[in-house]
Amino acid sequence: MSIKVRYFASLKESLGRSEDSPACTKRVTVRELWLLCVPEMPLPDNVLAAINMEYAALDSIVGDGDEVAFFPPITGG
Amino acid sequence: MTIKIYAELFDPWHEIQAYQNSVKHMAGQFGATNIFIGTMRDFNEGDNVKGMSLEHYPGMTEKQLKKIIAEAGQQWPVIDTLVIHRVGDILPNEPIVLVAVWTSHRGDAFDACRYIMEALKSRAPFWKKELLQSEQERWVLKNTDGYKIAR
Repeated sequence: MSIKVRYFASLKESLGRSEDSPACTKRVTVRELWLLCVPEMPLPDNVLAAINMEYAALDSIVGDGDEVAFFPPITGG
Repeated sequence: MTIKIYAELFDPWHEIQAYQNSVKHMAGQFGATNIFIGTMRDFNEGDNVKGMSLEHYPGMTEKQLKKIIAEAGQQWPVIDTLVIHRVGDILPNEPIVLVAVWTSHRGDAFDACRYIMEALKSRAPFWKKELLQSEQERWVLKNTDGYKIAR
């Protein structure tokens, strides 16, 4: 299964990378995807997640070809 | 509806005028234009700020803004909307965001503009990093609640 994972802003800085391409063999939730990609850091309490550029709950199922993003609270405007 | 993301300084007044003149279907139709412009301050959280860097999630930003503008259009009879947001390096006194809404009557323009701006603040994926006068850099942690009564 091909999934692209992206990180933004302070999260990208803390991790020292902007994306991962995890090798998933089974269906995973957004939360499971984090554990797979970022074993070095617990999922931050205030993290936001998106699947294909739409906000997604952490228990949403990720599908083949999806782009999943993790980022801190937004501060635009 | 037009959404623009600029990596360089823009002139909100020029943008509003040019857009209004360019949209032919608006002529004679609109009786109210409500405008919000957000500008960079040189202070925040008690510190002097000398610059800011704005990051965004290209693609998701536009997708979320389109949804927000469509939601406003479902709640108020909006004739047209222009939203512009800066990214990249910004200096104090430079505009960060522009929301302009054209409607037939003033109440709808006020309300739709406010709705779009507050929704942008809570759903459009932008992140600000401040450069303080002390040369220290820090990420802005969260946006304030725009509906809170000022004290």
